[in-house]
Amino acid sequence: MTPPPGSLLTARDLRKAYGPTVALDGAEFSIHPGEVVAIMGPSGSGKSTLLHCLAGIVPPDSGSIMYDGRELSGMSDAERSALRRSEFGFVFQFGQLVPELTCVENVALPLRLNGTPRKQAERAALTWLERLEVDDLGGKRPGEVSGGQGQRVAVARALVTAPRMVFADEPTGALDSLNGERVMELLTDAARSTNAAVVLVTHEARVAAYSDREIVVRDGKSRDMERAV
Amino acid sequence: MSIGHTLLGLLESGPRHGYDLKRAFDEKFGQDRPLHYGQVYSTMSRLLKHGLVEVDGIETGGGPERKRYAITDAGITDVQRWLATPEKPEEYLQSTLYTKVVLALLTHRDAAGVLDVQRSEHLRSMRILTDRKRKGDLADQLICDHALFHLEADLRWLELTTARLDKLRAEVAA
Amino acid sequence: MSTRQWGRDLGLGFRFAFTGGREGWIRVLLTAVGVGLGVALLLLTTAIPNALSVRHTRDNDRADHTYGPVRPKAANTLVISDTDTEFHGHDVRGRLVEPEGPKAPVPPGLTAYPAAGDMVVSPALKELLGSSEGELLRARLPYRITGTITEDGLVGSRELAYYAGAKNLAPKIDGSRTARINMYGATEATPPDRMDPILILLVLVVFVVLLMPVAVFIATAVRFGGERRDRRLAALRLVGSDSRMTRRIAAGEALAGALVGLVFGTVFFLLGRQFAGSVEVVGVSAFPDYLDPSPALVTLVVLAVPAAAVLVTLFALRGVVIEPLGVVRTAKPPRRRLWWRLLLPLGGIALLAPMIGQGGSDGQFNQYLVTGGVLLLLVGVTALLPWAVEAVVARLHRGPVAWQLAVRRLQLSSGSAARMVNGIAVAVAGAVALQMLFAGVQGDYTKDTGRDITRAQMQINLSDGTPFRTAADRFRTTEGVRKAVSLGSASLGEKDWKSGPGDTTVLISGTCASLRETAQLPSCRDGDAFVATGGDDDAAVTKLARPGRVLHLDADHGAATGPDVRWTVPAGLKPAHAITSPNGTKSSAILLTPAAVPDRVDRLLDGTVYVMFDKSVPDVSEYTRNTAAKVDPFADVMVWSSTEQSKKFTSIRTGLYVGALCVLALIGTSLLVTQLEQLRERRKLLSSLMAFGTRRRTLSLSVFWQTAIPVALGLLLATVVGLTLGSVLLKMVGSSLGVDWRSVLSMTGAGAAVVLVVTALSLPPLLRLMRPEGLRTE
Repeated sequence: MTPPPGSLLTARDLRKAYGPTVALDGAEFSIHPGEVVAIMGPSGSGKSTLLHCLAGIVPPDSGSIMYDGRELSGMSDAERSALRRSEFGFVFQFGQLVPELTCVENVALPLRLNGTPRKQAERAALTWLERLEVDDLGGKRPGEVSGGQGQRVAVARALVTAPRMVFADEPTGALDSLNGERVMELLTDAARSTNAAVVLVTHEARVAAYSDREIVVRDGKSRDMERAV
Repeated sequence: MSIGHTLLGLLESGPRHGYDLKRAFDEKFGQDRPLHYGQVYSTMSRLLKHGLVEVDGIETGGGPERKRYAITDAGITDVQRWLATPEKPEEYLQSTLYTKVVLALLTHRDAAGVLDVQRSEHLRSMRILTDRKRKGDLADQLICDHALFHLEADLRWLELTTARLDKLRAEVAA
Repeated sequence: MSTRQWGRDLGLGFRFAFTGGREGWIRVLLTAVGVGLGVALLLLTTAIPNALSVRHTRDNDRADHTYGPVRPKAANTLVISDTDTEFHGHDVRGRLVEPEGPKAPVPPGLTAYPAAGDMVVSPALKELLGSSEGELLRARLPYRITGTITEDGLVGSRELAYYAGAKNLAPKIDGSRTARINMYGATEATPPDRMDPILILLVLVVFVVLLMPVAVFIATAVRFGGERRDRRLAALRLVGSDSRMTRRIAAGEALAGALVGLVFGTVFFLLGRQFAGSVEVVGVSAFPDYLDPSPALVTLVVLAVPAAAVLVTLFALRGVVIEPLGVVRTAKPPRRRLWWRLLLPLGGIALLAPMIGQGGSDGQFNQYLVTGGVLLLLVGVTALLPWAVEAVVARLHRGPVAWQLAVRRLQLSSGSAARMVNGIAVAVAGAVALQMLFAGVQGDYTKDTGRDITRAQMQINLSDGTPFRTAADRFRTTEGVRKAVSLGSASLGEKDWKSGPGDTTVLISGTCASLRETAQLPSCRDGDAFVATGGDDDAAVTKLARPGRVLHLDADHGAATGPDVRWTVPAGLKPAHAITSPNGTKSSAILLTPAAVPDRVDRLLDGTVYVMFDKSVPDVSEYTRNTAAKVDPFADVMVWSSTEQSKKFTSIRTGLYVGALCVLALIGTSLLVTQLEQLRERRKLLSSLMAFGTRRRTLSLSVFWQTAIPVALGLLLATVVGLTLGSVLLKMVGSSLGVDWRSVLSMTGAGAAVVLVVTALSLPPLLRLMRPEGLRTE
């Protein structure tokens, strides 16, 4: 099956079940470089599972995921981990910053996992903290900063490796609207400036409004609303 | 809200007399605003003129004239188009959307699809507003936010309705 | 603060512990198992003195003193012969018995004597003889089993013992192994041996060293599940309880765990006691009901453990502010201060110092000072360790990601890291000190037997009248025996033994080859006689070994009841030079070849066979013993080693080893539980790190470092404190200072091994937690 021309990541007929619970039942997905796509749907519909499959965190039971001409399901766990390290970035609902590390160290972490020397990684991390307007937090630990600030640190961490894809799972879920919107603005601006594609799982319309297009997942099936109209 | 499309949709389940149509309409959609019989009469004449309905038979006897109307193929297509076309996001949309959902359920069409299309349309408006907000000044932002919050309220209603479709289907069928 | 309010809050916490759903239950269960193991160990320890005293009483009740006065045969006498043997390293208590009248006393555990050729055995011996393993022993005990010895005739459930009926024992009466007796039990109440002060010191230190880690362990166990509990406490604050109430409620929860732990501990103890009845440790087994802790100690445990649980919880919550919306550990905990932590070990040394040099011969140690001093020193470890971990970790920098993750985590919560290894550190410090003490004292308690095990590995003393020369031939044909040498010997006195022998010397008889084991002979033919000089008493032998001189033979081991046996020194004595004989003596003696010994003398010689065998032949010593039993059922078989250790001393050391192993296993368990709990708490974080593409190796390594760094520090500190304590203790007993590095290494190695095992065991759950399922929220 050939992906649509110009697409960076394409998934076809994904199926995934956790025991008797069917999470994905023939879901489809495709995204272009620089595009922001929102995955919407009621809770329990399989949004997060779709994101995890697309990011190569969870292997689907069947179906194909093509990333940049490579089939994800054909890769070993180590290869997928390497791919996530070097080409993907992640933002989660509650930041999931390592509580022991300072903010700068947290942001530098993905670079260091890739083997970048500490000093260089932390310099890059500081630049990203500046871009996300939280450079004054560098030396603090996640426990000492507010939720909105922590989430900006998390966004910086997702973008520091200059990933080609950013996966964000309810990135504003724990924030108030003002903070949430600012984080979305910063995330999408930064992603567009680097031509990164963003997959955004959310149930909030005002967050989804930062996307270029949305996919609705219901009962494990996806519906691409652009093509539906 | 389009009374014409609604009446057409009601006819899809079978030919009815004008009076039956009014009663069915009032029962399903007209809780706070019952239809005048005159409105039914004028609407049906317009539909007849456009070939969306035809007269199935006339009953004569005591009282008013009793025509039985049936929907034509063109009428079914018209209903379909109406349901598939999202409404322009604006205030007080619920009654139209509600009518559409109930009609879709009555005529065994994909009611969730109706809602999805509508959500997509709402999102489109929200994207435009969000974009304007990002580029504009504070005044723009405040104005856009007001609109965004209203649209969001609609969207929440859409989500809620989607979640309750099964229940609604059971009630409409009753 | 009214008692009622205290009670109410504690009770509330108590209820929360059980109504917290599945998680609450698991927490209570973990705490209870942890506390239970500790309590069981405590109860077991408190039961040991009682068990030992019961054993002592039982052993006393069945004592058959063979060295009493010579009695005539009567209606209430029996002849009993001690035929103890050893089988595969286990002692077998054996008695041959022949009642001589209807009123002969019956030993405890028996209802009647077995007939000649029958035997009554202990259950463990019966089992052994019935198994394939006991085949060799069966050959040695050719009696029919007709009954079992009941519990009151045994000192342990696994004791191997038998009473066999025999005939015509009376001629064998020799006042040592065989005797005529008319009662069992001590003739007079003998007070138990007063223990050597050094042994008391060792026992005290062993107890303190073993129990300290148990206490530390219990303190850790009541804090299992701490983080989850904190969240619950925050919720309590939210619904309006004030911070003091909350603390008391938390204490109540810990109390619940401790109380259930007491129940668990009792059950574990009862099970363990039952189990203890079926095993043998250090050659000692016990009956379950021996292990009866004294009521006072039980009361102490029952009161102390829950009280400790409450106090530890209140103490642990000291630096914690429980706010309605979460638990805040005081943002910047005050820097740990060194001075008061140093006071503890210094205080310990101060308590021990006055006793330096008081050991040795009749010195007496103040038990309270010893216990207090050792306790303070070891508690000092637990106080110093958090400071040391904090101070060191704060200075660690740089390094790869795994290292950074571990170091940063330790910097943030060095206290909990230190707590985790406190138990091991205390155990190792104590063990190192004890090892040193043992190594130092070992010299005093290890006797050099002077025996040359390259020349013989077994010595068989034959009973009177057994022809010793032919006996050697039968040993020679035994499987695995390389060489067997038999010598007969007797003492020669200047005068009749009835009136006191005057000067004495030794007569040794054997073939030329055998005699060469005791002296260098210039030449030798049968019929020759020699006088060997250069040994232990040249004066007597040169005085007595004059040709024609009549000497008096000691016919019955100095009892001098028999007739006077005279022997005339022959002419033509050749000179010989005494050498060290296989039994370690170097005797100046008269040596006679077989033809030079008149028959009436020959019959009275004590025969001894020295056997040298090929150790690589399995069971060779058992074969030899079997031959000995066939040649002479009354033979006394001794296996030689070059050194001999005081039995008491050996058992204390073995006790330490066993105890240290139990304690380390216990601590390992708590380490594992804590580790797993920490990992579970971080499940989401681990999964998200995995999403970033973090290698499993990186996280595994960081878990390893996280344990290894504090443990390394703990072991280092433990070694320092242990060596200090060991040196002070050695000075106290007046032994020379010496560090047995091998045992220090082996103890620290054991501690480190526990960490490795714990890390290894926590890796599978870690890898499982790293799976993406942890990211799922719905």
